[in-house]
Amino acid sequence: MPKNDLQHDVEQFLYYQAELLDTKQWQAWIDLFADDGIYWMPPDASYKTWEGQPAIFAEDKNLMNVRRGRVLHPDAWSQRPLWGTNHLVSNVSIQKEHKNGDVEVRSRFHMMELRRDDVRHFAGSYLHKLKKSKAGYRIQLQRVDMTNAQAAYDYVLQVWV
Amino acid sequence: MLQERVPDLSRSVTSLVEPDRVRREVYTDPDIFELEMQRIHERVWIYCGHLTQIPKAGDYYTVQVGRQPMIMVRKSDGGVAVLHNRCPHRGNMICGDLKGNTGEFFRCSYHAWTFHHDGKLKNIPMMESGYQGTRFGKGNPDCNVKPAARVEVYRGFVFASLAKDGPSLKEFLGPAIVAFDDMCDRAPEGEVEIVPNCFRVIQRSNWKIFMENQLDALHPSVTHQSTGRAAHEVEKQIAKKTRKGEAPLSYHMLSAFATVTIDKWDGFQTINYPHGHSILTGYMGLRPQDPDTLAYDKIMIKKYGKKRFEEIIGVNIHHVLVYPGLSVQSPLQQLRAVRPLGVDRTLTEIWHFRLKGAPEAIYRRSLAYYNLVNSPATLINADDLENFWKCHQGLASEGGDWVSFHRHYGRDLEKNGVVESAPNMGTSEAPMRNQMKAWVQYLQD
Ligand code: FES
Ligand SMILES: [Fe+2]
Repeated sequence: MPKNDLQHDVEQFLYYQAELLDTKQWQAWIDLFADDGIYWMPPDASYKTWEGQPAIFAEDKNLMNVRRGRVLHPDAWSQRPLWGTNHLVSNVSIQKEHKNGDVEVRSRFHMMELRRDDVRHFAGSYLHKLKKSKAGYRIQLQRVDMTNAQAAYDYVLQVWV
Repeated sequence: MLQERVPDLSRSVTSLVEPDRVRREVYTDPDIFELEMQRIHERVWIYCGHLTQIPKAGDYYTVQVGRQPMIMVRKSDGGVAVLHNRCPHRGNMICGDLKGNTGEFFRCSYHAWTFHHDGKLKNIPMMESGYQGTRFGKGNPDCNVKPAARVEVYRGFVFASLAKDGPSLKEFLGPAIVAFDDMCDRAPEGEVEIVPNCFRVIQRSNWKIFMENQLDALHPSVTHQSTGRAAHEVEKQIAKKTRKGEAPLSYHMLSAFATVTIDKWDGFQTINYPHGHSILTGYMGLRPQDPDTLAYDKIMIKKYGKKRFEEIIGVNIHHVLVYPGLSVQSPLQQLRAVRPLGVDRTLTEIWHFRLKGAPEAIYRRSLAYYNLVNSPATLINADDLENFWKCHQGLASEGGDWVSFHRHYGRDLEKNGVVESAPNMGTSEAPMRNQMKAWVQYLQD
């Protein structure tokens, strides 16, 4: 496959991932992950592994389903007010391409979040380890390094970034 | 507003607080906030950090004590100092970073005055020529960085008080000292060490709203129902094998928020002590019989003997509240420190500790709780913080003047200044009444 097609495919996948978050299609978003896929947001960019250290998020698919179930529960009080997000994904750079089609890709994102009348901005970088499958890419690892990982959070994050 | 109604705040605090109810201004009035910073947070023992955060000479962490920016630093002699983060020359902050190592001395970034770790002046550039004939120079204590009036360490936990006089740390803590004993005793080596880094989360509400929530046994099954149910669902699916994998103990801790229904919380008990401290008893199923726990038990028994081990492990504590600014879950080694930022803004620093000598799996278990409950992506505190904000909004309105603490009022059991919730009345608002009692005493002093 010519290189530019790969770049295009990977970019489309990353855009789709962000689009599912912004349109709150949580189940479809979880389905993007491989069965043993992990969503990880470290509190420190120097962390090398998602296990055994504090993590803002460190979720396998089961835990993602706990979060999804909670967010959709009618009594998730903090989910009641108007809220939404808008992701921009950019600077997509393929780091590694394996013979079997798996890729490792870095990108940057900017997310605007609205909650009630308040706007917050978050930015950072993604590292995606993508597994090639018949149905397209599956996420083995989505690492999210927030620029503000070490800063105090004014209120919290409730769903994946 | 309040100023006109109540000209001398400290004398009139009694009109704001009745044994079973509290005026809303207590939470929303900026003047009262000022007064409580002066009379409470800047007088009593405030938690600064743990010695293992600053293992080497020159290691420091900046910390807020009351409203004061301070530096906790490890001295060359191995001791710890807590200093005001202010240069005696023209007032520059000494440390601009949250943490770091200052080397053998502090050096101000403005005019290069240098200070020893204990705050004493080391040197001023061209000191002799520059300060000859003035009253400034070496030997004048005004040239030192001002230290906290008192610093004490208990089992590695560092506290500072900005008041020269007052009870010792042990006297102040009283029976609430169990927070640190219970945590450390559960370690085979009798000590804990800090897990870097802490999570920091800002609440848009008065600091007392947080403190009153911590032992509020009535709220979990209501506030945290969504997460409890969701975790319980996934747990059930895993048990029925309609979902792959294994449910770790942490899911069980989450699902307990739904499975322990509102009526069952009355079975817990609160014990409320002088100075506003409280304990919530109860056990969250932390003593299972899995191989990890059994391996840990074995190490503990070898270290302490069977009898002492049973004593340690049998300490029946869910949560200890050290008023005015500390909430400790000792069986899970979690500690939340409150740093009031303003009348309606509160920073919480949330730390996790590792039991020295315990197997990795035991650490991982409480780490999972730390991540799920206390991280900035918390599945639990998110709804608490939502409530805190809503509470503060409501109290800032004129829709009512009083906050009610009437639940089981008059039915608590009191003996020698210690107030226990009566049997099957664990949801008594005794902890809130106890905190307000201490609050009034502090403000009148
Ligand atoms: S203000 Fe610190 S040296 Fe001048
Ligand atoms: Fe809560």
